Amino acid sequence: MGAPASDLLQHSIQNNHSSHTSHSPNRPSGHDPRRDHCHVPVISLDHVSFGYGQKQVIRDLSFTVLERDFVGLIGPNGAGKTTLLKLIAGLIRPNRGDIRLFGQPARQFRNWHRIGYVPQRSNINALFPATVYEVVLSGLYGRRTLFRRLDRDARQKCEEALAALGVEDLAGRLIGKLSGGQQQRVLLARALINNPDLLILDEPTTGIDAEAQEAFFHMIRHMHRHHNITFVMVSHDVNMMLSYLGNEPRFEYNGIRFFVRHSHDLDECRETNLTHTLKAFQEQMRSAGSAAAGEREPVMSAAD
Amino acid sequence: MLELLTYPFFQRALIGGIMIGIIAPLIGVFLVLRRLSMIGDTLAHVSIAGVALGFLLQFYPLGTGLLFALLGAFIIERLRRAYRGYAELSIAILLSAGIALASILFTLGRGFNMDVTAYLFGDILALDSTDLWLIFAVTAVVACCVLFFRKALFLLAMDEDAASVSGLPVSWLNMLVTVLTALVVSVAIKAVGALLVSALLTVPVACSLALGRGFRATLGFAVLFAETAIVTGLLVSGAWNLASGGTIVLLLIVMLVLLLSARKVWKW
Repeated sequence: MGAPASDLLQHSIQNNHSSHTSHSPNRPSGHDPRRDHCHVPVISLDHVSFGYGQKQVIRDLSFTVLERDFVGLIGPNGAGKTTLLKLIAGLIRPNRGDIRLFGQPARQFRNWHRIGYVPQRSNINALFPATVYEVVLSGLYGRRTLFRRLDRDARQKCEEALAALGVEDLAGRLIGKLSGGQQQRVLLARALINNPDLLILDEPTTGIDAEAQEAFFHMIRHMHRHHNITFVMVSHDVNMMLSYLGNEPRFEYNGIRFFVRHSHDLDECRETNLTHTLKAFQEQMRSAGSAAAGEREPVMSAAD
Repeated sequence: MLELLTYPFFQRALIGGIMIGIIAPLIGVFLVLRRLSMIGDTLAHVSIAGVALGFLLQFYPLGTGLLFALLGAFIIERLRRAYRGYAELSIAILLSAGIALASILFTLGRGFNMDVTAYLFGDILALDSTDLWLIFAVTAVVACCVLFFRKALFLLAMDEDAASVSGLPVSWLNMLVTVLTALVVSVAIKAVGALLVSALLTVPVACSLALGRGFRATLGFAVLFAETAIVTGLLVSGAWNLASGGTIVLLLIVMLVLLLSARKVWKW
């Protein structure tokens, strides 16, 4: 599994070859055997093309996301970021090429509970009649649990996820009545309730204030560094992304820049229950006071 | 007013009305939240063409109406795929097609026109026992489906992409909602009429949304508002000899206006 990153992360585009070949991958080469096991491909695209009708959006794109990668996609509107995310999440199927999730062809993939998905906040109507509790609980609804009664275990998971993101006090409130930052936490809690291995975030911080954005990135960064989660995130928040993922994109495709950072702190991942540890993290943040915490641990520092 | 309750035709109307009052808002919630409020109207217009055909062939009109509504449901789903992103276009096309077909069939069967108004404006007091059994069957199917699939339907209404990433069969569920809507619409036609069916699907939901509660509460209140309007409407229209469908719908609108005003005054 210790294949050099440059082999795993290849991308072939007919028109644009210049950007990715110029700089070397910043991934550690994987000589430490302890680290090798996290070089499992989580997402792989193999010569994928997709278009809406006549309009080709993605042409012959190949790349691989490894376990514990944090992939940030930055690019102009209409470049195909959301299309790419939809392809990965199985919402649309490629016209050509293969997509694999956790090594399985996407068509046959059934372990959807391993994937957490944080939709754009704007997808949720302000009048939508659901409480925060109902929204977070819905993270457990899937093919496997469609007809299962929500038992005490499910409710406990839900309460843990709410507590982990510090939104337990909002449980009875309507999702549409919350501030942008609160809504985002709720949607993240919803995505985390299943302890996913892959988290897909589509512009999670659009339309929320700077402070809430910072807190959100702080949490995401903590999760990436200390938990066994792979991230794929589209964001307009270039500064936040770059400060964590570095200034050099791994490669560029059609105006979309792919920033990748890998995390190796597996020894800190003893606690398998994600929401549980996040809760501890919250408490620690709270007791330290948010200002002090900000100083001690800059929100998106590149220093690990 | 209470002696009305002793008449068998009124009892049938009440029983039929109460059953429709459960299923119409229940399926209506999912339509409103998915911005498909007009789908009820469309299926009603298609169903009317079926009713007209039933009269022409001297077959049970509510039955042919139901078959047509189901057919309409499948066509809507097909058109929706053809005009992706323009869901309302498929609705508009079918609505016109349905009423055009109905008008031709009606003129072909001159002399049936009197009966036809019962389906356009509703005549809940004319429900017979066959109608009641059909309504009962539809109520059982719709209520069971909504109960069984409530989690999936909730997720579908909240965010279709999220539902898809959870591994739910989204297109199958969309089909299910449309088919259930067709069932509800075709039986509700007799109660409030094809022209007012969509009011029964959507206005109780609008009332319930005005309360700003969670999902389960919204479902419950929508049914409660519908039942209140139907039972009161039946009694009022029976006592003063008004059109029952129109009375029920106007009562719903009055309730909505009161709720919206109350919300403005007390700012909940």
